[in-house]
Amino acid sequence: MKRVVITGAGTINSIGQNVPQTLNSFKEGRCGISDLNFKDVERLSIKIGGQIHDFEPDKHFNRQQLSLYDRYTQLTLIAANEAIEESGLVFNGQLAASTGVVLGTAGGGVSTWDDNYRAVYEEGKNRVHPFVVPKLMNNAAASHLSMKYNLKGPTFTVSTACASSNHAMAQAFQIVRSAQSPVMVTGGSESMLCFGGVKAWEGLRVMSKDACRPFSLNRNGMVQGEGAAIFVFEELEHARRRGANIICEVKGFAMSSDAADIVNPSKQGAARAISNALQDAQVNVEDVGYINAHGTGTAANDKTECSAVADVFGHHADKIMISSTKSMHGHIIGGTGAVELMACILALREGIIAPTIGYEEHDPECALDVVPNEAREAKVELAISNAFAFGGLNAVLVLQKV
Amino acid sequence: MDIRSKVIEIIADQAIIETSDVNDESTLEGLGIDSLGLVESIFAIEEAFDIQVPFNANQPNESSFDLSSVATIVQGIEKLIQEQS
Repeated sequence: MKRVVITGAGTINSIGQNVPQTLNSFKEGRCGISDLNFKDVERLSIKIGGQIHDFEPDKHFNRQQLSLYDRYTQLTLIAANEAIEESGLVFNGQLAASTGVVLGTAGGGVSTWDDNYRAVYEEGKNRVHPFVVPKLMNNAAASHLSMKYNLKGPTFTVSTACASSNHAMAQAFQIVRSAQSPVMVTGGSESMLCFGGVKAWEGLRVMSKDACRPFSLNRNGMVQGEGAAIFVFEELEHARRRGANIICEVKGFAMSSDAADIVNPSKQGAARAISNALQDAQVNVEDVGYINAHGTGTAANDKTECSAVADVFGHHADKIMISSTKSMHGHIIGGTGAVELMACILALREGIIAPTIGYEEHDPECALDVVPNEAREAKVELAISNAFAFGGLNAVLVLQKV
Repeated sequence: MDIRSKVIEIIADQAIIETSDVNDESTLEGLGIDSLGLVESIFAIEEAFDIQVPFNANQPNESSFDLSSVATIVQGIEKLIQEQS
């Protein structure tokens, strides 16, 4: 089995349009959740989200690209550009033939669906633009990324709701670890902040109208966000030979299914994913210093997650820091695990733990150190990132400092 | 609306060239418009003139709508406007 490291990272989200801005926002505990701005927002009862406001697509892409790139694809390509540039890799020959792209997205081109349904249903139009299908499909972002960087290896999209990008990164990790390819590009993207996207979520009655306050007793639901994060996963020796800058090591992962309920989370399912991931990484529970929580800010998730962590870590749970950065960038659904991996990188590389902001009241059912409101300095050797999706699908990644 | 100048505008826009570089004899292929650009041009023509252009990308040569040059496209549009009005 090969060892796998990260040699490039890129992101765009509501608290940063690149990695340095995002890490700074984590350090400052900056909130990217604000009033949503799009057509028909006044008809929604949920009017806040982690929307990227100061992003001008036509500064990044030409007209023909924009006719093919849904916003989720645009965000993917911007994050990928930063990641691949940082890695210093150029893809040709055998490396291009083996390197692929595994991305996570839950909804794909949601605003393309929304815009065109509006055109045919509301406006009564009888024709739509010829590129509607290639623009909205869930693999559009992975395909455009593959075309742009000449990546010809295994390329596909994983869609497991809120765990999509963790599942995707786990797949990419396996491909590199099993020596199928020395390099894989992976991560996730989501952009469903449009009328139909938010309206659908509203229906579930799990959304907060004012803020995302994970683990806080007065939490009242999740807040949606949008964004992407892309990483270059590389085999350790391959990275060393070319003198690459190594960000951290991906040590292990595990996936599990609750096989119980389509929306309610299960403590057992989450705990199995966490403990199996630690086993896969061949590390002890005592070595884990930080957990990037799934931490959605819903009543059900946060107490179930804390209880699963307490079960897996036993007495050590009291010494672990666990924070939810969804309090800052919102729940980026299929891209959330990828954006949140940035917080694990911050912990491992800079020894700074991103806080859970908006925290106001202690909840005895979430009695862990949730790093409330302010970032903290701490030496962390090992971090894990949790994602527990609707449908009961869980994926946990383990990362180690290098 | 002047059909010819609108068609030239659509085609020039698709080929990313000046309208002055498009004339009656210009072909879409000659201007570098590929198969995706072709369906996008047809869409733009349908939108501009509110007509239905018979075209199946699987059988591009069997369309009754002659796409071989700007002149034939203009003639085809005139015919469709007449038929569909």
